[in-house]
Amino acid sequence: MLIRRPGDIRPSEITARGVYLRRREFMKASGALALGAAVMVSRSAEAQNGQKLTGVAKSSYSTNEKPNSFKDISGYNNYYEFGTDKDDPVEYAKRLKVRPWTVAVEGEVRKPRSFSVEELLKFPLEERIYRLRCVEAWSMVIPWVGFEFNRIAKLVEPTGNAKFVEFVTAYQPENMPGVRLPVLDWPYVEGLRIDEALHPLTILAVGLYDEVLPNQNGAPVRLVVPWKYGFKSGKSIVKIRFVEKQPRTAWEKAAPQEYGFYSNVNPNVDHPRWSQKREKRLPAFFANRETVLFNGYGDQVARLYAGMDLRKYY
Amino acid sequence: MPAWTSGNIIRPASARGRLSERAIAALKAALFVAALLPLARLAVAAFFNPEWLGPNPAEFITRATGDWALRFLMITLAITPLRRISGWNALLRFRRMLGLFCFFYVLVHVSSYVSFDQVFDVGEIVKDIGKRPFITVGFTSLVLLTPLAATSTNAMIRRLGARRWQSLHRLVYLIAPLAVLHFWWMVKRDITQPAIYALILAVLLGYRLRIRVLSSRTRPAPARA
Repeated sequence: MLIRRPGDIRPSEITARGVYLRRREFMKASGALALGAAVMVSRSAEAQNGQKLTGVAKSSYSTNEKPNSFKDISGYNNYYEFGTDKDDPVEYAKRLKVRPWTVAVEGEVRKPRSFSVEELLKFPLEERIYRLRCVEAWSMVIPWVGFEFNRIAKLVEPTGNAKFVEFVTAYQPENMPGVRLPVLDWPYVEGLRIDEALHPLTILAVGLYDEVLPNQNGAPVRLVVPWKYGFKSGKSIVKIRFVEKQPRTAWEKAAPQEYGFYSNVNPNVDHPRWSQKREKRLPAFFANRETVLFNGYGDQVARLYAGMDLRKYY
Repeated sequence: MPAWTSGNIIRPASARGRLSERAIAALKAALFVAALLPLARLAVAAFFNPEWLGPNPAEFITRATGDWALRFLMITLAITPLRRISGWNALLRFRRMLGLFCFFYVLVHVSSYVSFDQVFDVGEIVKDIGKRPFITVGFTSLVLLTPLAATSTNAMIRRLGARRWQSLHRLVYLIAPLAVLHFWWMVKRDITQPAIYALILAVLLGYRLRIRVLSSRTRPAPARA
């Protein structure tokens, strides 16, 4: 398989100089005026005694764009099981019980088995600095630590019937205040076509910035599919099923006209309630860049969709 | 001690609870400052400590000002029921300011969308209004609210005549449900917050409907809501 280096776009090519400079001014002003900071209630987005991950290899799949701060990545989250506001997860996900944890891998496989989190942490880990594009039109750059999902597949040996992979995530009603409301059909389920799942860009992440994942980012293990909208990358995975039929995902069930199964990042297919033409690379006041098809990973993944009408299969 | 601070809440809607002009002026000034606090908080944060607004400050500002516009709308609509139940007629003296603050926060809310989200791209904004129901509804309520704000002065009341002025200002009974609908259709999935506003609005409008029905039964003269 021919894998090409990612066609990276420098932030400076996209962010208007004026906007970029203004952000710096804001940062300077914030440093100078510690008084203001003292009055404000600070958002606690500290690491939860993050266990360090060692022996993490670099990867040529990483972008050279500047990663967002740990604070932004772990303080501005969508994790509806803990509430629908961006600052709910950092506050409530502390309650998520992440040990002991096993991931059952089953379905159309010759060797079904489960993996404990300790076993997952023993896979050869790589740093993958990926762009993450949320369907809500903001984006970040995130230094994930993990391994390619296809390593799991090799161990369980999918049969010829395995056409899709379903990812079932944690459901802990006693620890998750958000699941009291029928916002989505819990537990949250996501799915990929098998060739998407086995693609080398698709990883299971166990860490962030050389530490184990903070709970609000999907501890202890989550999926990361960088060319799709963020919600496709399920958090806190407990079960992986290789299946013959296309899985029905949580967002598809909730609003099929807004969230399709594929949900590839695509500037030409608008969300019914907002445009996807531009995006806001956080932290920023303004939508500061154009959205790129497949989130800029087209060189690697476009062939998966050759001949497909991406408007129909959105 | 002024009468309105004493314990008895339920009073006939008579001439009770009279405040001196000086007291009203002082309360108005206090209300004016208090109503600016939510904006001041955002402005201080934006200029001195943007981190406090999170990595997506524009979203924070748009949401916060939208929330405050809705809150002022609900508070404004609560004046009539509160006045009738409590008999504090002086409450009416604060209604105009509260309504204008609702409009003020609507303007900041809309400016935040126009500048941060759309970067003044008129074409995109027009497209958005036509294409996205929650924006269509929000824009409609802005358009309907504008003449109300514009005719809020005593001079305009005189020019229009009390009766016509009042009919015009009954538009608020259309604007308020549209504003709540705007919020309802904006949220992705969790409708808790808009549902709370809908419930409050239902109580506030339901109260007026009840008064109207009751008074039409007891006497033929039309009731004033």
